[in-house]
Amino acid sequence: MLPSRFDYHRASSVEEALSLLDDYGEDAKVLAGGQSLIPLMKLRFVSPGHLIDIDPIPGLDGIEEREGSLALGALVRHNQLASSEIITNGYPTLAAAAPQIADPIVRNLGTIGGSLAHADPAGDLGSVMLSMGANVVLRSSSGERVVPIGEFLVDTFTTSITPNELLTEIRIPTPPPRSGGSYLKLERKVGDFATVAVAVTLSLQDGTVGSAGIALTGVGLKNIEAAEAAASLHGTAPTDEAFAEAGRLAAAASNPVTDVRGTDTYKRHMVEVYTRRGLATASAMAAG
Amino acid sequence: MATEAHEDQAEIRGIGHSVKRKEDARFIRGKGNYIDDIHLPGMLYMAILRSPFAHAKLNGIDASRAQAVPGVVAVVTGELMAQHNLAWMPTMSGDTQAVLVTDKVRFQGQEVAAVIAEDPYVAKDAVELIDVDYDALDVVVSPQQALASDAPVIRDEKDGQTDNHIYHWESGDADATDRAFADADRVVSLDTFYPRSHPAPLETCGCIADVDGATGQATIYMTSQAPHAIRTVFALVAGLPEENIRIVSPDLGGGFGNKVPVYPGYVVATAASLLLGRPVKWIEDRSENLISTGFARDFHMHGELALKNDGTMLGLRTSLLADEGAFHADAQPSKFKVGLFHVVTGSYDMSAAHVVADGYYTNKAPGGVAYRCSFRVTEASYLIERLVQNAAYELGMDPADLRKKNFIRKDQFPYETPTGFVYDSGDYHGAMDLALEKIGYAELREEQERKRAEGKLWGIGLASFTEAVGAGPHKDYDILGLKMNDGAELRIHPTGKGILKISSKTQGQGHETTFAQIVAEEIGIQPEDIKVQHGDTDNTPYGLGTYASRSTPTVGAATAMVSRRVIEKARKIAAHLLEVAEEDVEFTRPTFSVRGAPDKAVTIQDVAFAAYTNFPDGMESGLEAAYYYDPPNLTFPFGTYAVAVEVDRETGVWQVTRMVAVDDCGVRINPMIVEGQIHGGLTEGYGIAAMEQITFDETGNCIGSNFIDYLLPTAVETPRFELGETVTPSPHHPIGAKGVGESATVGSPAAYVNAVIDALWPLGVRNIDMPLTSAKVWEAIEAAKAPA
Ligand SMILES: Cc1cc2nc3c(=O)[nH]c(=O)nc-3n(C[C@H](O)[C@H](O)[C@H](O)COP(=O)(O)OP(=O)(O)OC[C@H]3O[C@@H](n4cnc5c(N)ncnc54)[C@H](O)[C@@H]3O)c2cc1C
Repeated sequence: MLPSRFDYHRASSVEEALSLLDDYGEDAKVLAGGQSLIPLMKLRFVSPGHLIDIDPIPGLDGIEEREGSLALGALVRHNQLASSEIITNGYPTLAAAAPQIADPIVRNLGTIGGSLAHADPAGDLGSVMLSMGANVVLRSSSGERVVPIGEFLVDTFTTSITPNELLTEIRIPTPPPRSGGSYLKLERKVGDFATVAVAVTLSLQDGTVGSAGIALTGVGLKNIEAAEAAASLHGTAPTDEAFAEAGRLAAAASNPVTDVRGTDTYKRHMVEVYTRRGLATASAMAAG
Repeated sequence: MATEAHEDQAEIRGIGHSVKRKEDARFIRGKGNYIDDIHLPGMLYMAILRSPFAHAKLNGIDASRAQAVPGVVAVVTGELMAQHNLAWMPTMSGDTQAVLVTDKVRFQGQEVAAVIAEDPYVAKDAVELIDVDYDALDVVVSPQQALASDAPVIRDEKDGQTDNHIYHWESGDADATDRAFADADRVVSLDTFYPRSHPAPLETCGCIADVDGATGQATIYMTSQAPHAIRTVFALVAGLPEENIRIVSPDLGGGFGNKVPVYPGYVVATAASLLLGRPVKWIEDRSENLISTGFARDFHMHGELALKNDGTMLGLRTSLLADEGAFHADAQPSKFKVGLFHVVTGSYDMSAAHVVADGYYTNKAPGGVAYRCSFRVTEASYLIERLVQNAAYELGMDPADLRKKNFIRKDQFPYETPTGFVYDSGDYHGAMDLALEKIGYAELREEQERKRAEGKLWGIGLASFTEAVGAGPHKDYDILGLKMNDGAELRIHPTGKGILKISSKTQGQGHETTFAQIVAEEIGIQPEDIKVQHGDTDNTPYGLGTYASRSTPTVGAATAMVSRRVIEKARKIAAHLLEVAEEDVEFTRPTFSVRGAPDKAVTIQDVAFAAYTNFPDGMESGLEAAYYYDPPNLTFPFGTYAVAVEVDRETGVWQVTRMVAVDDCGVRINPMIVEGQIHGGLTEGYGIAAMEQITFDETGNCIGSNFIDYLLPTAVETPRFELGETVTPSPHHPIGAKGVGESATVGSPAAYVNAVIDALWPLGVRNIDMPLTSAKVWEAIEAAKAPA
């Protein structure tokens, strides 16, 4: 488990990181918490020539509500997500997912920016962001762009980020009042990646479902937004039947493969069950 | 349980005292001395190139790019090893195993070449630059494939080997078993697969070979559970004089059987050190450990139990297919091809049994070790305990009642089983009754009825195991001809403190504490005053090592016996000091006194001083002895485990709600250590039942090569354990102890699985092969639902 040779650069500001990215481009990797990158390097699945450590950059770990959104700095650790009062009070899907990511050691180091940039289809935060309609902020030395999460996550381990860009912030629209959320994750043991997980965010309006977002982990080439399933709920009463139907639609949107974690049939079935259960939990929470 | 706080200072903290582990002072402080902590001057580092293919012809190796890397000292290939007659080595089972490949690779992860470099990173970089030309061959990944007539022959280099069959082995009486089956009202059968698992010690294997060209002295630091046996094997393989070989096994970060065999890396590192004249360190990484070193189980089992309608068991028949991997490198006593599997009649009194086993080569890693188990006792215990539960349901009986009806009764011991074991002692009803009482069995069954009426899936599973541990009597037990006897040497110093040298090697069992307590019990010197030395072949007596729960049955016995030898001499010295005849000296630890005049007394410490300062004329000075113990029999620990589970019908997720373990390991030397061993074993048993497995895809790719794929349970999912004990001393062991290190790994998997099967029985589920992942449980429920 020894990585290949690499050069290490410590960035102390976003600008410095961006200029290092300009210098080394394709041969460089940003190092955040290292919880995905370092294992890949130790297995020699990746061997970047340069590591640009963004960990020392101050101010990238903020959690604040701003202009109708929750703004999360790219270096916010998973355990910060799990323990933030703002998140516990207003962003239940994220609050439910964060403590289920990996184990305490990984949560102490792993960052939200790293998790999204890594784009692992079994990663939990991608689905949370899809269900909540988040945007990511990408900066380069020539400017900044704001990209919806659905466009950011392109494929397995592939995002729309360019080699000279840094993900600096994640913005999650603040859910309306009477909202609920859930993240149900089937794992074989604590610290395991999801066999299947379902993120559900939902709000109620006058006794019917106002908005809903459903996204799936571990059942496709990337985190999958189950848009049809979510759309089926708009304006309907939050009933068991409606949730069951959404479950079926979510299962249809999934595209799992058979592996040691289970067969594709089982995983699709679990999407259905967890979507239904998650919607019931989120709706009960929204009804308060 | 006694605790130190409540103990009188003067009380001898011998047997029955939960003395804190002496080892822990260094481990807790991070001051352990593991193999990778050892650095020798001028040391080189070795990295191994492994085959990506499971079966492929080797056309050639071009190491020129690797050779050219600055810092690379040598590249070792099979060709080079062959020049020194070291391309192949003998295995523990009398087969041969490739050290570095010369003709073809036979499993994924097999050792192909090695780089020796000034720096471990450079060695690893250079390994990637070795170019190997392979031609892929058809692959065999199961014994069922291996026995097909058109299967590729994996061991085509062996003279006379025309197929993949390794051995056929039988035990018991076929005719008597046929007769028992003819008398049966009912035959209950079960086909089940005990999957390949891995001991996965947290410290991987490794060594530092330091061969001094000038003196011929070879010092090899090695992660070994059996340093003496390894020394002999090295002498035989390398043709080195045995007195010049010193194996030092430092602190071990777990072993569980994985550190019994000799691995190719040890041999290559030693050869490289010999050729280069510098120490060579080789430390495996996690994946190397999981894909290439001693696995366990991988056993396909068919069992049939013959019964009368009233539940009386008549006989048992089993047929087995063992998947041995590419080389037959099992660590088993030579006489028994599938280890002690023939203990399969378990805790039950039946007249006949017959075991038939066949072993096959496959394109998988070799080295079937007994992962925390006495030689396939685990598989046996699992099969019989699963069969018994299924039989109970088939007969409409409660599984506890069926067991009790057939248990060997207390008054039947010593009991000879139909396959030839003589169980020394037992009280199976006692352990069962205590387990049922502790878990509240009757109430749980009522609760289960209510839950079932509500549509919930609740299950209760039992397992009443009997193990055969402590190999063993020299007439039956040897490995490669080496008798499985062990020794102890005890030397008491003038100041009344001593050193005990033992032939076995701790890997977490607490030998440094437990064995000192045995001495304390026998001679009255406190355990903290007895240093226990082990693991260095230059400084310890010969013996076959620590595995198969054998240390207490063998070395523990030797320790008691050597202590008694010391006391014999001490009594003579005491008589001299007390100026009476030896017959008039009484010993009540730690004091020798004159019969009838108890205040005329000297302590063992006084005697120790006198042994060097004031001993009778004509007597040798000193107070020491050695003892080699030949166990008259194995020991037979037993117990009953009871598990309650809840299964989510919709997802297949199951959870243990109660886990009660009643163990009887005879006399408990250190109850705290015994309980720790049981906790560890119950955890590993849960891991095996719920999540651990190494699988292979159809091309022989190993799935399970890291801890994301090979799952070990953490504290979070591990059930809470409720322990109980009964004590039935071994009648032939000097202190009445039996082995306990493995009882819980052996006994518990069946209890967990039985509980899940119990929950699903009304749905029609009869078997799920381990590990019981939620996916498999759900599939079993669905399959039972589907119309046949
Ligand atoms: C044992 C273990 C279990 C795990 N289990 C889970 C789990 O259950 N669920 C889960 O979701 N995840 C899990 N993970 C992954 C974990 O969440 C990682 O922390 C996360 O995926 C990566 O975050 P990081 O900060 O460590 O990123 P790093 O490893 O530092 O980087 C990951 C990738 O993102 C890039 N990157 C990082 N930050 C930025 C940035 N700001 N801008 C642009 N690119 C960037 C890096 O260049 C690299 O390619 C597990 C990891 C481990 C080791």
